[in-house]
Amino acid sequence: MAESAMLDLRDLRKTFNPGTVVEKKALDGVNLTLQKGDFVTVIGGNGAGKSTMLNAVAGTFPIDTGAVFLGGRDVTHLPEHRRAAFLGRVFQDPMTGTAASMNIEENLALALRRGQRRSLRWGITQKERGIYREKLSSLNLGLEDRMGSKVGLLSGGQRQALTLLMATLKEPELLLLDEHTAALDPKTAEKVLQLTSGLIREGGLTALMVTHNMRDALAMGNRLIMMHEGRIILDLGAEEKRNMTVEDLLLKFEEASGQALANDRMLLAT
Amino acid sequence: MNISQLLNQLPGAVAQGLIWGIMAIGVYITFRILDIADLTVDGSIATGGAVAAILITNGVHPWLAVLIAFLVGMAAGAVTGVFHTVMGIPGILAGILTQLALYSVNLRIQGIGTDLGSRANVPMSINKYKDMLVSLRNVGRFALDNPIWLLLLITAVLIGVMYWFFGTEYGCGLRAVGANQQMARAQGINTGVGKVIGLMISNGLVAFSGALMAQYQGFADVSMGRGAIVIGLAAVIIGEVLFGKIFRNFALRLLAVSFGAIIYYLVIQVVLWLGLNTDDLKLLTALVVALFLAMPFWKTQIAAWRLKGGRQHG
Repeated sequence: MAESAMLDLRDLRKTFNPGTVVEKKALDGVNLTLQKGDFVTVIGGNGAGKSTMLNAVAGTFPIDTGAVFLGGRDVTHLPEHRRAAFLGRVFQDPMTGTAASMNIEENLALALRRGQRRSLRWGITQKERGIYREKLSSLNLGLEDRMGSKVGLLSGGQRQALTLLMATLKEPELLLLDEHTAALDPKTAEKVLQLTSGLIREGGLTALMVTHNMRDALAMGNRLIMMHEGRIILDLGAEEKRNMTVEDLLLKFEEASGQALANDRMLLAT
Repeated sequence: MNISQLLNQLPGAVAQGLIWGIMAIGVYITFRILDIADLTVDGSIATGGAVAAILITNGVHPWLAVLIAFLVGMAAGAVTGVFHTVMGIPGILAGILTQLALYSVNLRIQGIGTDLGSRANVPMSINKYKDMLVSLRNVGRFALDNPIWLLLLITAVLIGVMYWFFGTEYGCGLRAVGANQQMARAQGINTGVGKVIGLMISNGLVAFSGALMAQYQGFADVSMGRGAIVIGLAAVIIGEVLFGKIFRNFALRLLAVSFGAIIYYLVIQVVLWLGLNTDDLKLLTALVVALFLAMPFWKTQIAAWRLKGGRQHG
């Protein structure tokens, strides 16, 4: 494989509840290669396999066939907590990415040690606190003065911003964003998206972002892929993406899939 | 109802409370930190007593005996952990299975060296084993060999060690496992191993408490752990209700658990003094704990009911 590939998915297949009436072919041969520094947005209808693809990369469940390479390493059989060393993740539900009963600095300290062996040294050092304070103040949410507050007291937007910070605190080889603004109100979502772009740009990060918002998908990143029924049906480079409108995209979808795009959230968002 | 009769009972209640408080700290680790209701404790507390009794009556020094009891308790916790994480059995059921198995194991431990090979009770008199760490015989006296002093010291040291451990990188990781497993895995923490380690530490403490309990009362009994989990929960909840608002620091929260256990035993002494039959104690304890466990649920129910009422008026 190419040495510079950060992520390489080879013919991923996954069927949930096989052999039952609720059988669902979630991934039906996904091939995808991301180069270092690629920021790819992912769109698609309900049940297209977007989240499933991200979870297959993260190792949330074993895949049926295929292979996942991260930074040239075959991680297909690595459990989720071992893959975490390479991945930064932000989830759709703001509750998922942080520990509510622990305070802000403890959450950050856990994230700083992502993928490292956890020793019997003290969990947070004074030096780190300075870094956290600085990083938190760049969010402009006033969290730097609340580092001892339980994360459960924060709003959904604040928690997502914190999760983003945690996901990038120790530089990940790949950042996985799974509709991370879907549960936020439009204004907060906008802020979190700006923060996302900023962090990816500054860190030169490689990222895979699932979104329900076509405008965001076009505006952000250097590449766009569209999924349908467990497959990637459209893959647009930076150039093609720049010249495309939401209407063009919808048309493209109908061409590629033979049906109109159905995503309840997407209809509301466009 | 002679008041001096009650006062005479109070030092004993404090000593018992301190011993059960150590067990309750173990319960706190699983119930509050790991978010697992671990019923292993009813068995592992008796295991601790059995191990300590059989070792002490065979000439092992009591300090070494409680240390070994701690390790055997950890092994019991590991079994529950493996049932839960490797075999996928729900936490509560995993604990019940180990608890049941321990009943046989405890009979066997206590039967070591006997003809039958199993025994329900191991007596160990303070007269015969003079270097036992704690004994109820000295609890009424204001003297240096009053067990309360040593128990206070042990409790303080244990709280200190737990405070340190759960503040380390590894301990913080364990707390994350209890708080949010998905997040913990995303941060590279092996949640299965974390749960096993947590269950081991918890049951180690519980067995340690059982080892002290056996010395204090002068015997180990295979049924000494019956209902221990409920007493542990009672101590945790009493501690939280009475001190939750003022004790925010983790060490103070553990101290509140120990206080909770002491208060539990003081209250028990009072109700017994007021004429409650000892046989009815477990019924009373279970009902009180059920009531306190219901509180958070009822609070949300009442809030929802108020909201509905408010809308109708608006």
